[in-house]
Amino acid sequence: MTGTPWGIILIMLPLAGGMICFLWPRVSTVLGLLTSLAVAVSVAGLGWQLQEYGVYRHAIGGWGAPLGIDLYADGLSLLMLAVTALVGLGVGIYSTGYFSCEDSQRFWPIWLFLLAALNALFLAADIFNLYVTLELMGLAAVALTSLTGSKDALRGAMRYLLATLLGSLAYLFGVALLYHGFGTVDIGMLAERVESYPIAWAAFGLMGAGLMLKTALFPMHFWLPPAHASAPAPVSALLSALVVKASFYILLRLWLTIFGPLNEGIELLFGLLGMMAILWGSLQALRQTRLKLLIAYSTVAQIGYLFLAFPLAMTTGASAWHAMAYLALSHALAKAAMFLAAGNLLRFGGHDRIADLDRVVQRLPLTAGAFALAGVSIMGLPPSGGFIGKWLLLEAALAQGHWGIAAIMLVGGLLAAAYIFKVLGHTFTQADISHEPVAVPASMEWAALLLAMGAVLLGFLASPIFSLLDIGNAFSLNGVSP
Amino acid sequence: MNSAFLYALVGVGLFSLGLYALIIHTHLLRKILAINVMGSGVFLVLIALAKRTGLAVPDPVPHAMVITGIVVAVSATALALVLMLKLVAATGHAELSDDQRESQ
Repeated sequence: MTGTPWGIILIMLPLAGGMICFLWPRVSTVLGLLTSLAVAVSVAGLGWQLQEYGVYRHAIGGWGAPLGIDLYADGLSLLMLAVTALVGLGVGIYSTGYFSCEDSQRFWPIWLFLLAALNALFLAADIFNLYVTLELMGLAAVALTSLTGSKDALRGAMRYLLATLLGSLAYLFGVALLYHGFGTVDIGMLAERVESYPIAWAAFGLMGAGLMLKTALFPMHFWLPPAHASAPAPVSALLSALVVKASFYILLRLWLTIFGPLNEGIELLFGLLGMMAILWGSLQALRQTRLKLLIAYSTVAQIGYLFLAFPLAMTTGASAWHAMAYLALSHALAKAAMFLAAGNLLRFGGHDRIADLDRVVQRLPLTAGAFALAGVSIMGLPPSGGFIGKWLLLEAALAQGHWGIAAIMLVGGLLAAAYIFKVLGHTFTQADISHEPVAVPASMEWAALLLAMGAVLLGFLASPIFSLLDIGNAFSLNGVSP
Repeated sequence: MNSAFLYALVGVGLFSLGLYALIIHTHLLRKILAINVMGSGVFLVLIALAKRTGLAVPDPVPHAMVITGIVVAVSATALALVLMLKLVAATGHAELSDDQRESQ
């Protein structure tokens, strides 16, 4: 597997870019955009390498796994990296119109650090390295949340920081126990050595609880709505689309390689919490009067769908995981587009009260279109990416007679339609209090629309994406029952 | 072996105490301190477990992890303290509990 070390480049590029942006703020916007573009190109390079040579593994500094740090990429990591690069590019373009010069100089360094942390997280091959990247990601994300310095943003950021630190510490405790029990932190070696001892389950309990807190799975979602709703729009998009997925990715990895094969019925708990998240998140979303809070609660609900794959995959194996990965990808694009569109509406009207949206369709057609297209994917209507994911998941649920899961998925879809049409309905009508619109830069409208179109286009790319996902057989360890 | 086990138990105790304090206290400084106590608990467990081999020389890997962990904890605490000071400057008090009432 010689050739270009794309994994290293993917971590070093944003890290170096972030530092230069910090030291030389005047060039931060140009340099930030260039770095985002270069990261996207590098992901494409890594993708090509994966297709040609299979799984990517790189021992940093030539030190191999037990002692050194390995980077590892298979189809699953590649797709997470790709969606990170895409959303990052979209949000980067958006931020050129959104932020004032001064805010932009603060946004770019932190966002590039966050990007480096995310890339490192998706490439990590040992559980301690995952802890470090998890913390780097958390700290950068908290700093981004508090960017505006308003009261609500500071409160949201503080709550988020306490939650994320608690989650990381629980995770680190789990790492300590696993190392004690099995003498390694390398995921591959752990997968071989782990056995169903109490220490393994204590470790999984701690790590799972910490990661569920960071992923905002019901009932540990309390920190997400205030943080995501009070952050600036581009930051909300990044947090909802990527940061939440990153801790979910760790949980998924641990499950697929280490804990899933032990098979003790935990997946039913995940499924149950997922179902409750769908109902609770959707109902809360429907109740909200502020657009950004509605979108944030919708994230809580959509996270629930991801967890439904755990019980379903026990018997159908890869197809439920494929569905889940598809949902994660399309949710990332759609939710980023939705938060960006909400940012446009906030700029346009000076508020995000849903009932007071004033003739947005006529005056901001691109933004309304972006919101509607993203909504199509969130609701799971064909031909969007959300549809493919939900359809495959529903198929798996019906095939195994999990009627409860199937029913909750359908109810969740209806509730999603209800809260999205609640917003869309108000965009067509004139509000009681009409207001003078503020011009929204074209870059902000187009960035939202392009991301939303990406979410819908995903619906047509099912077979290439599934073949990419299968590189390295990330889903085979927990495969189909005999 | 026995003393290592004792240290590990103390670590678990510190972690639990910190978690308890994090949940019941409302003042942010106490919450930040509680997080730090929890972190020390985890570090103590890691250091105690480094002696698990029973050899004269302890396992260096957990020590490396603790050093990394301390670096992370210092940066996280710094960020938390700055955030708390900003919050005090903006709202006048260092608590999160009453935000529901005010933001409505």
